[in-house]
Amino acid sequence: MLRHHTKSHRTNAAGPRSLWLGLLGVACLGLIGCGSSAYSSVSDGEVSGRLTITGSSTVAPLVAEIAKRFEAKYQGARVDVQTGGSGKGIADVRNGVAEIGMASRALKSEEQDLNSHRIAADGVCLILHESNEVDGLTSDQIVDIYLGKILNWKEVGGKDLPITVVHKAEGRATLEVFLEYFAISNPDVQAAVIVGDNEHGIKTVSGVAGAIGYVSIGTAEANASSGVSIKLLPLNSVEPTRANVASGSYPLSRPLNLVTRDSSDPLAMAFIQFCQSEEVHDLIVAQYFVPIEN
Amino acid sequence: MTSSSRNTSFRSRTDWLLRVVTRSCSFVSAIVILLVLAFLMSASWPALKSIGPVRFFTDESWNPLSDRFYLVPMITGTILTSMGALLLATPLGICSAIFDRFFAPPALAPLYRRLVELLAGIPSVVFGLWGLIVLVPLLAPLGGSGQSLLAATLVLALMILPTIALTSSAALRLVPNDQLAGGAALGLDRWAVAMRIAIPSARGGITAGLVLAASRAVGETMAVVMLAGNVAKMPTSLISPVRTLTGNIALEMGYATESHRSVLFVSGLVLLGAVLAAVLVAELIKGPSR
Repeated sequence: MLRHHTKSHRTNAAGPRSLWLGLLGVACLGLIGCGSSAYSSVSDGEVSGRLTITGSSTVAPLVAEIAKRFEAKYQGARVDVQTGGSGKGIADVRNGVAEIGMASRALKSEEQDLNSHRIAADGVCLILHESNEVDGLTSDQIVDIYLGKILNWKEVGGKDLPITVVHKAEGRATLEVFLEYFAISNPDVQAAVIVGDNEHGIKTVSGVAGAIGYVSIGTAEANASSGVSIKLLPLNSVEPTRANVASGSYPLSRPLNLVTRDSSDPLAMAFIQFCQSEEVHDLIVAQYFVPIEN
Repeated sequence: MTSSSRNTSFRSRTDWLLRVVTRSCSFVSAIVILLVLAFLMSASWPALKSIGPVRFFTDESWNPLSDRFYLVPMITGTILTSMGALLLATPLGICSAIFDRFFAPPALAPLYRRLVELLAGIPSVVFGLWGLIVLVPLLAPLGGSGQSLLAATLVLALMILPTIALTSSAALRLVPNDQLAGGAALGLDRWAVAMRIAIPSARGGITAGLVLAASRAVGETMAVVMLAGNVAKMPTSLISPVRTLTGNIALEMGYATESHRSVLFVSGLVLLGAVLAAVLVAELIKGPSR
C-alpha cells in the first residue's frame, strides 16, 4: 500500500516536470531581448546615462572594449553590449529595444530608414587546415568546391583527400558577404558541416584535415598566430591581411557599422563619435580589424 | 493529499493558508504554461498562415531565406539523437543504479553517487567543447568531418546518463526493505533480488527518470549545435550530419528577421509538440495511473 502510494505520486510528478523543462527552454526564447531602459543626458560636456547596444557577434567584442574605455572616460555613462547577430541589432533599433545596433554589413535596401555609422572594416577569408598543401584557389574553384562539383583536393593540386565543406547558418553576416561575392545561391551549397559563429568555424576546420571554411579575417589571424592549426588562403592572389583590407585591395571585405534610428539620442551620438575617433584605433587594431580614416 | 487537507481545513488556520498558497502556485504554473503556448502560437501564426502547415513537410529543402521550409530533417534529427541517446544511456544508467544500491561496497557507494552527481552538474557547453575537441577528431576517420549524428548521440547519452542513474537509484531506494529481505529469505541471490523484485517495484520511478532524461535530450541545444554538423538534410548514416529542432532555432534565431523568425517559432511549436508526445508515450507505457 505504501509502495503504491509512493509510486503513483512519483508518476504524477514526472509528467508536468518534464513538460516544464521543455517549456522553460521555449519560454526563455521569448524573454530574450526584453529589458532596456533609456535615459540619457549630455549637457555642457557632461555625458551620462545608460546605453543598450545589441547586434553582430563580430562587432560586439570590439564595441565592448570601446565601451569600457568610454565608461572610464565618462563616469556617469553605462553601456550594455549584447550579441545576437546583425539582424537582431537592426531589429532591436527599429523596435526601440536598443539605442544602437551593431551590423557587420552595409544596410540593405529595405533598411534605409536607419542611419549607419562606419567604425571599422573587416575581411572575410577562406581557411584550410594547416596540413593542406593547397596554397591558393581561384574564385571559380572555390565556387565549384562549395557547389559540390570539386570533391577532392587532388583536383585542385592537393593531396588525395576528400574536401569537407564548412558553411555558415542562414542569416549570418559572414555568409551573406561570402554568397554575394561569389554569386552563389544558398540552397545550392553542398555543405558537410554548418557552423554558428567564427570560433565554431575555426575549431571545426582545425579539427579536419580536408576542411575548407570561411571566417572573419580578424578572428582567423588571431587564431593562426596563437598556434591553431589553420591557414589563411589568399584570394585572387591577394593575401588576406589587415593592410590589404585597409587599402581596399582585398576583395572580400565588409564594413562594421553602428546603426541608429535617428540622431536624436545625445548619448548614442557621443558614443558613436568616440568609436570613430583616433582614441580607439589601438582597440580596433588589437581586435584585428581595420580602422577607418575620417 | 487533497482529501486530508479537505478534512482538516476547517479546523486549522495553517491548513487554510497552505491551501491558498499551493493553489495559487499551481494556478501561476498553469498560467505560465498557457502563456508560453499562446506566445508560441501567436509568434508562429504569421508563418503558418502564409506558408501553411503542409509545406513544412513537403518542401524541397530548409532555406527560409530562399522560401523553402522543409522541417522533416530537423524533426528526424531530434528524434534520432534523443532516442539514440536514451537507448545507450538507459541500460548504463539502470546498471549504475543497481550497482549503487546492491553491489557497491558501503564505503564506496556514497563516493560513487557523488561522482555521478558531479557528472550531472557539468554544463552542457563543456560537454560540447569536449566533444568538439576530443570526440569529433576521433570519429573523423570514419568519414566526413566527425561532426555527425553519432557524435551528437554519444555526447547526449553521456549527458543524460547521470539523470537516469540518479533517478533510478532514488527509485530503487524507495523499494521497501521487507520485500528485498523476503526475496533473500526465499534464497534468491542479489542479482535476482535486484532484477526480479527491486526493478519491477521501482518501475514507475525509473520511467519517470527516463521521461526526464528524454526531455533533456530533446531540449539540449548547445552541445548538439557544436557536434551534430547541423546540415538540414535527411541523415543517411550514423556519420551523416544532422540538425535538431533546438539547433535550428539556436543557429538562426539571432540572425532572423520577421518572416524567418516566425518560421523558427514554428520549429519551437513542433518541439513543444515533440515533448508533449514524449510525455504521452511515457504515460501509455506506464499504463493507466494507479
